[in-house]
Amino acid sequence: MKFIDEYCNVELSQRLVERIRHKSAREVRLMEFCGGHTHAILRYGIRQLLPPTVEMLSGPGCPVCVTANADLDKAIALSGLPGVILASFGDMLRIPGSYSSLQKAKAEGADIRIVYSAMDALRLARENPHRSIIFLGIGFEATAPTIAASILEAEGERIDNYYVFSIHKLCPPVIRALLQSGEVKLDGIVCPGHVSAIIGSQPYEFIAKEYGIACAVAGFEPLDILLSIDMLLAQIESGKPEVEIAYRRGVRPEGNLRAQEIMGQVFETCPATWRGIGEVPQSGLRLRQEYQRFDTEKAFYVDPGPPREARGCLCGDILRGVKWPSDCRLFGQVCTPEHPVGPCMVSSEGSCAAYYQYQSHEAALSK
Amino acid sequence: MCLAIPAKVLSIEGYQAEAEIAGVTRQISLRLTPEVKVGDWVLLHTGYAINVIDEDAAKETLKLLEEMCEVY
Repeated sequence: MKFIDEYCNVELSQRLVERIRHKSAREVRLMEFCGGHTHAILRYGIRQLLPPTVEMLSGPGCPVCVTANADLDKAIALSGLPGVILASFGDMLRIPGSYSSLQKAKAEGADIRIVYSAMDALRLARENPHRSIIFLGIGFEATAPTIAASILEAEGERIDNYYVFSIHKLCPPVIRALLQSGEVKLDGIVCPGHVSAIIGSQPYEFIAKEYGIACAVAGFEPLDILLSIDMLLAQIESGKPEVEIAYRRGVRPEGNLRAQEIMGQVFETCPATWRGIGEVPQSGLRLRQEYQRFDTEKAFYVDPGPPREARGCLCGDILRGVKWPSDCRLFGQVCTPEHPVGPCMVSSEGSCAAYYQYQSHEAALSK
Repeated sequence: MCLAIPAKVLSIEGYQAEAEIAGVTRQISLRLTPEVKVGDWVLLHTGYAINVIDEDAAKETLKLLEEMCEVY
């Protein structure tokens, strides 16, 4: 596919790896924030290709994984209300909540529909005027504008049975929270590609300026990721951290201004609770006063009971980058993609799912 | 979740467009990218074009990569 195949060029990748090996003088610790990057790094065997001096840690960039159990429990409870159709992206269905999952609720009779897009959820509202359609608004800055756009569309068409349960989260505030905690020492961050297509590279400037940490926004093909690592090493070596874009075909420094405008028109920031990290100020999005008639929180009340965490599950520590999936005693034993205990084993962007899927691949490469 | 794939815009009607994604044609929304023209490539995420792909930047990045790797 155009814009993908060119960036998977094997010969160029090998030469870039050589260059990185040659360049890497001292031990550095980099974090790939985005779960999409974690999967690409493992899938292409990039971890093994890098010199031993370059350590790559996975970050909390998986919206499904960082959803707090309290929010997931609420979504499950909402799906059980009479007259409700709960529409969700497919990734959320198998995530275990405190007591159940959306998939179990569906099996028990709740009307839960998997949608590919907010447009599909809106179509459900048009086709079912006597039902209440609750769309589970999950995702980072790449996704939130699409949900904001669907709300504007519902407003324009005077659709009055469409509601959004907004548990969106924002990336720069959680990066700040991670750095402020001091729990993980980092030299560089591979910044998310598609979140940055919306917000641009400027919101990461504080990372370089205040924390002296190198930043590079990366795409998702092997050459994109290797280029970002090369950029990070050069910044670290020169002692001049900044924010570079290794994904210029998809990301402009200012981002997508129209999408930012739509997102800001519909949503305002609020505190949000992240699994494993806790409450992070200004890291969530809720509907503005003018759009509250679309807000699930205002239209429905549910009490799913106090949230519980699965015993022994290390997803929270893994999301903060302080533990590896292999540190978890449940990993690959009790917790597998077929029978997941924690969200990181379920989501297509979860670290545990990636390590599980490619572990034989990893073992083979490291021999 | 934050995955996006390149799609080529074939026709536009208001905020709706038809786009080709790896040989498959589907309806997409241009609400977030009203500047898109027929023939443009966009990054498609959950049915919405979230950005126009900058073809010049794509070529420049490949050229940069080749230059960087010349001595290795």
